[in-house]
Amino acid sequence: MSINRRTFFKAMGATAVALSVGKELTASAESVAEGQSELYGVLYDVNRCVGCHGCEYDCAEAHGLEYPDIPKKPPMRKTDDTHLTVVNFHETSKGELPTKIQCMHCTQPACDAACLTQAMHKTEEGPVIWREEKCMGCRYCMISCPFDIPKFEYHSTNPRIMKCDMCHDRLKEGETPACVYNCPEEALMYGKRSDLIREARQRIHDNPEDYIDHIYGEHEAGGTSWLYISPVPFAELGLNTKVQKQSYPGLTKGFISSIAPVDILLPLGLLGIYEATRTKPITEEDE
Amino acid sequence: MEKAQNVFSDNKDNNLWKFILNELKPKGKIFTPFNIISFPIIIVGLVIIFIRFRDGIGAVTNLTQEIPWGLWIGFDVVTGVAFAGGAYVLVFMVNILNMKKYQPILRVTVLNGFLAYLFYSAALLLDLGRPLKIVNVIIGNNYGVSSVLFLVGWHFLLYMLALLLEFSPAVAEWLNARKLRKVLSTIGLGAVIFGITLSVLHQSGIGALYLMAIDKIHPLWYSEYLPLQFVVASVFAGIAMVILEGSISHKVFSYQLESDSHHQHNSILIGLAKICAGALFAYFALMVIVFVHGKDWQHLNSGWGSWYLLEMIGFVILPMLLFYFSYRHKSIFFIRLAAIITLLGVILNRMNVSIIVYRWYDVDRYVPTWQEFVVTLTIIFIEIWVLRWIIMRMPVLRKPPLWAQGNDH
Repeated sequence: MSINRRTFFKAMGATAVALSVGKELTASAESVAEGQSELYGVLYDVNRCVGCHGCEYDCAEAHGLEYPDIPKKPPMRKTDDTHLTVVNFHETSKGELPTKIQCMHCTQPACDAACLTQAMHKTEEGPVIWREEKCMGCRYCMISCPFDIPKFEYHSTNPRIMKCDMCHDRLKEGETPACVYNCPEEALMYGKRSDLIREARQRIHDNPEDYIDHIYGEHEAGGTSWLYISPVPFAELGLNTKVQKQSYPGLTKGFISSIAPVDILLPLGLLGIYEATRTKPITEEDE
Repeated sequence: MEKAQNVFSDNKDNNLWKFILNELKPKGKIFTPFNIISFPIIIVGLVIIFIRFRDGIGAVTNLTQEIPWGLWIGFDVVTGVAFAGGAYVLVFMVNILNMKKYQPILRVTVLNGFLAYLFYSAALLLDLGRPLKIVNVIIGNNYGVSSVLFLVGWHFLLYMLALLLEFSPAVAEWLNARKLRKVLSTIGLGAVIFGITLSVLHQSGIGALYLMAIDKIHPLWYSEYLPLQFVVASVFAGIAMVILEGSISHKVFSYQLESDSHHQHNSILIGLAKICAGALFAYFALMVIVFVHGKDWQHLNSGWGSWYLLEMIGFVILPMLLFYFSYRHKSIFFIRLAAIITLLGVILNRMNVSIIVYRWYDVDRYVPTWQEFVVTLTIIFIEIWVLRWIIMRMPVLRKPPLWAQGNDH
C-alpha cells in the first residue's frame, strides 16, 4: 500500500507545480493586455518617404554595425544579422514606391511567447528586445515570427540574435529611435501607439486620394507597435498581408492550458487502471 | 556474470572498481563490419563537431536566416523522439495494463528509449548557438513559462530521469547490488506513471512547437491538431522501432537468449503488429477529420497535393493494411516490412513538417550539407556502441540473475 500513498503525494506535488505555472501564465497575459494603451511605436508614411536609405545608415551607426553597401539599382533586400532595417523599392500601381522594413514590435509577440528563457522580451514601453545574457541560441523565435525578423549570427562562436530593438537604449534616455530622429522627410513618427493610430486616421481622412483606408499593423498579428500607411494596398509593397489578425501566441494557448490538467489527471487515471488490472492480491504486496 | 558474483558484493568497494575497470574492456570481436564502417564516420563526425564549436554553426551547416532548424533538429529531435516513443507505450502495456507477454522486450526498449533521449539531447546541444546558457532553462529566474519549448524541455528532462529509474534495476543487477535493487524496484511504479504522463505531453509538445508557424507550413500539413497527430504517431513510430530493433538484436545477441525465446518473440511481434495496425488506423481517421475540417480540397490538385497523397496512401494506409494482413496470417516477414515502411513514413512526415513543406513557397530550398549528415550518423553510431556495451554486460535481453527474479512490484 505504501507505493500508492507515495504515488499519491507525488501526484499532489505535480498538481501544485502545474497550478502555479498556470497562474503565472494568466498573469503574464493580463499584464500585456493592460499595458497595451501605453505602448509606444512608430508610424511610417510611405507617401512621405523618398527612399534615401538614410535610416539604414543611422541604424547601423546606432547599433555599431558596418554601413550598408547599397547598390545604385538595389534588388529586393532582406534584413539580416548586419542590417536591421532595409528600404526596398517596389513597382506598384502608383509608380515606384519605397518601403522600410524592420521588426514590427508586435503587441503580443510570437518571439516573446516562443522564448524559453525570456531573452526575447516585450518591454512595457513597446519595443521587443533581445537580452544576450538569457539567450541559448535555439532559434525558436525565428521559427515563430510571422514577419521573419529575428536573424542569427551563424558564423560566430557566441552568436547573437539580431533585430531592430526600436533603439531601446535611446528611448530610456528620453530620445527617439535613430531612424525616426534622423529622417529628413518626417516619414517616421514616434509616439504613443494610440496617438499614432489617431494621427494615421487623420491623414487618411484629410487626404483620401493619397491613402488607402487601412493602417497596416493596427490589427495584423493582433496589433503591432510599428504602423504603416500607404497609397497602395500593402501586398504591392511586399508586406506580409497573409499574416493573421489574431495574435500568434494565441495559437499555442490551447495546448499550454491543457498541460496542467493532463499532468494532474493522467497519473490518477493510470493509477486507477493499474489497480484495476493487477492480478496479485493487494495484501501480499511489499510489507 | 558468474565470476562477477563471486568477486563482488555490496560492501567491498575495492572490488567494485576492479569489476568496473574489467567491464570497461571491449568484449567480442573488434573487426566486425559494423565497427569498420562506423568507426571512421565517428572520427570524421567528431572533427566536424570540433569545427562547429571553433567556427560557428554556419561553418558546417546550410542553415539560413529563413530555415533556422535543419537536419539536426528535424531528424535527430523531431523524428528521433517519435522513434523513442516505444518505451512509454510498452511500459504502459506491461506495467499498467499488466500485459506480461511483452515483459521480455521491456528492458531493451526502455534502454533504447533512454539512450535515444540522451543522444538526441546531445544533438540539440550541438544545434544551440549558446549551449552553456541552457542552464537558464533549468535554474534561475528566466523561466519562459508561456513557451511550448520550455514545457517540452522540462517534460523531456524529467522523462529522461524517469527512464533512468525504470532501467536502474538492470544496473543494480549488473553491479550485484541487492539492497539498491530492492530500493529501486519500490519507486518503480511512480517512475512508470509519471514517465507515461511526461511522454504524452512532450510527444505532443513537439507538434505544438510548430503551431505558431501557421503561415510557413503548407496547409495540408499544418493543423491545430498537430500536437494530437504527433502523439498518435509516436505510438506506431515507437512500436515499429521496437519491432525492427528487436528483430536486429535477436539476431546479433541470439547467444544471450534461451531456446524458447524465438518462438516467444514471434508471438510478441504479432501482438505488436495488431497494435500498430490499430494506431495507424486511429492516425488515418484523425488525418481524414483534420483534412475535411481544414477544407483543404483545393490544395490536393498540385505537386504538394500529390506529395501529401503519397505520404497518406503509401506510408499510412499501406503499412496499416500490411500490419493487418501480417497479423491475420502471422507473417513475421510482412510485419518487419510493414514496420520499415511505417518508420520511413514517420521520417517522411516529420521531415515534411520541419523541413520540406516548411516555407514551401521559397525558391531557395534548404539541403543539408554532408557534414550535417555525418554528424547525425555519428550520434546514431555512438548510441549503438553504447547500447551494445550495455547489452553485453547488463541483464537486458537475458533473464535477470536468480536473486532478482520475482521481487518486482
